[in-house]
Amino acid sequence: MSRNPRLIDERITLKYGTGGGAMRALIEQVLARGLGEVGEGGIGLAAMDDGAAIRLGDRFLVIATDSHVVQPIEFPGGDIGRLSICGTVNDLAMMGATEPLALTCSAILEDGFPRRDLERIWDSIRATCDEVGTTIVTGDTKVMGHGELDGLVLNTTGVALTTRVISDAGLRPGDRILVTGTMGDHGLAIMATRNELALDTTLESDVAPVHSLVRRALDVGGDDVVAMKDPTRGGLSSALHEMADKSGVGIVIDETTIPLRDEVRAVGELLGIDPLIAANEGKAVLGLRPARADAVLDAIRSHPLGRNAAIVGECVEERPGFVVLDTGFGSRLLAEPEGELLPRIC
Amino acid sequence: MAQADALTQLKFRDPTRARGLRDALARLVAAAGHAPVSVMHVCGSHEQAIAKFGLRAAFPSDLRVIMGPGCPVCVTDVPEVDEAVALAKQGVRIASYGDMLRVPGTSQSLADAKAEGAEVDVVYSVTQAVELARRHDEEVVFFASGFETTAVATAAVLLDDPPENFSVLSAHKYIPPVMEIVAEMPETKIEGFLAAGHAATITGSQVFEKFVERHGLPVVIAGFEPLDVLAGLVKLLEVIHSGRPRVENAFPRCVTKEGNLQAQRMLWRVFRPTGGRWRGIAHVPNGNLRLRDEYARYDTRRRFTIDASALWEYAPPKLVQQCQCGDIMAGIASPSDCTLFGKECTPDSPVGACMVSAEGTCKIWHQYGGRPDLRSIKRGAA
Repeated sequence: MSRNPRLIDERITLKYGTGGGAMRALIEQVLARGLGEVGEGGIGLAAMDDGAAIRLGDRFLVIATDSHVVQPIEFPGGDIGRLSICGTVNDLAMMGATEPLALTCSAILEDGFPRRDLERIWDSIRATCDEVGTTIVTGDTKVMGHGELDGLVLNTTGVALTTRVISDAGLRPGDRILVTGTMGDHGLAIMATRNELALDTTLESDVAPVHSLVRRALDVGGDDVVAMKDPTRGGLSSALHEMADKSGVGIVIDETTIPLRDEVRAVGELLGIDPLIAANEGKAVLGLRPARADAVLDAIRSHPLGRNAAIVGECVEERPGFVVLDTGFGSRLLAEPEGELLPRIC
Repeated sequence: MAQADALTQLKFRDPTRARGLRDALARLVAAAGHAPVSVMHVCGSHEQAIAKFGLRAAFPSDLRVIMGPGCPVCVTDVPEVDEAVALAKQGVRIASYGDMLRVPGTSQSLADAKAEGAEVDVVYSVTQAVELARRHDEEVVFFASGFETTAVATAAVLLDDPPENFSVLSAHKYIPPVMEIVAEMPETKIEGFLAAGHAATITGSQVFEKFVERHGLPVVIAGFEPLDVLAGLVKLLEVIHSGRPRVENAFPRCVTKEGNLQAQRMLWRVFRPTGGRWRGIAHVPNGNLRLRDEYARYDTRRRFTIDASALWEYAPPKLVQQCQCGDIMAGIASPSDCTLFGKECTPDSPVGACMVSAEGTCKIWHQYGGRPDLRSIKRGAA
């Protein structure tokens, strides 16, 4: 199942940061080598999951970290502050840890960054922390020279305890795939602000913390929730490929059941960007045993962030590691996102 | 506006109606009495629709729908690229469509020249190239590619009194003549053609009538939504089955028999057809569009002395020799027949022109997941 046998290049280019196969190759071949053992029953670096889990008696300490380089730093529907809190809170939630104990936040600023902008972004950070019910307990601040970095880079790390860790590798044939809402909103909202076509759209990022939505799914689904992933960079396609690859199953997706906003679909066609490879920042992809799939769907739909949730496909034995898209007209393989199509999306 | 667009699309993206058309295709292929039945389309946009909607997996297994030379960027020949590269290296500012920058010449592409410091601008339309010329005092050369549809836009600009420092290096191509070439290739065994709806809005359906007479092969004009493609194929198989080759218009909401007469007048006032090589295919009589004498002052080839000889002392790398773009564009091979496809040759580092352009067969297949043979996938638990 080694879909990425290639060796990484002599120089690290933008394509290694877009969340696709190139980035996985970089992590495997350089960044994770000789690191990341967490001992019996835990999840370490080699698993390349959304975070790590370390066993502490009968519970697990879950740790997740996320850096944010989005451009522009304030965008329709959110900003880099809200994004940096949600990114880490959601990564924790994808491991089954839906009550963050605390976060850290490191900021690297460019010489000359306006204080008022920084205050606005920190207002947003405070508001998002309140929404989640967590706070930032430590941090670090650095300033770099003008032109040495672009404005503001944020890193957050979060910790949480859970009794059951959910990986992204627990799928088996017959399992259902659920998405908690419309796909591609964040990525296309960002691209629409950037593209030189100067589009006038009402697209908004979906950036939001999904911990309470996931808690509801876990309360109803219990052990039948077998895999979770947040479809951020590389979008639904990347998330599904990782889940299929690590679980050793094929995934068949019914394209017509994937929730998509009309405007996302239209702008996607205009820009030539498939919403299925565009980032989401307030959504989750869940793998469910068939018995409880409908009950979990109902529970998620009753949550304000899950109203558009849908079951969009199922796992099959054939073509392990691949994702087949049934378009309603025929079927094709869903391609993994490659290249530098969408740099600095989150 | 976006919502209205989405609703209009739905009309041509209705899976229920598609099922009926697929059944009709299966019946017609079975009724042919021989297998396989091979038809060809000559348009990157058709391949986009087929690949994006996974139509190949839904075609009857004995129907082969082959993409022919339907990518104008891909068939731009090496000497044409060399002309642009040589000019760029001489210090002339070049403007062209994004896809053209990475098309390989003998030793360099325009992107290579740009990386070495040449002035090469990506434009989205010929009008942007003219604006560029208005903003700069220096010479601006528009390296023009595209079939007759795009050539009309170039013609319109030249008829509208562009600035003196603007000229056109035409690599425009004309589709009807290459269909004759492909029809006569003994390897292809094509029984009919699906013609591109957008080009036919300009040329009209009648442009194909002589072709049908000469070759006894039917032509059906089709649009680009999935139902358009399926309906076009059903019509094409019906005409093949009838044994009376003719031109049929399966895209009547846009295409007429005469076409856009004003656009045709503009096209032929500015351009004349002339013979030339299409990359990987053959010499195509009347397949290239060059500027007429009346527009010589805007013709880059007459305005500059282009010396590309410095680019020729170069042995192409081994990978290029394994590239099967030529056979793929002629419809003799598929991307999956090529050992480089998806391995050494990817959109990130293309070996051949078919992996460069958004209309190239290899790029399209790669974008939509590679080999499309997915008929056998079984759903549900074992």
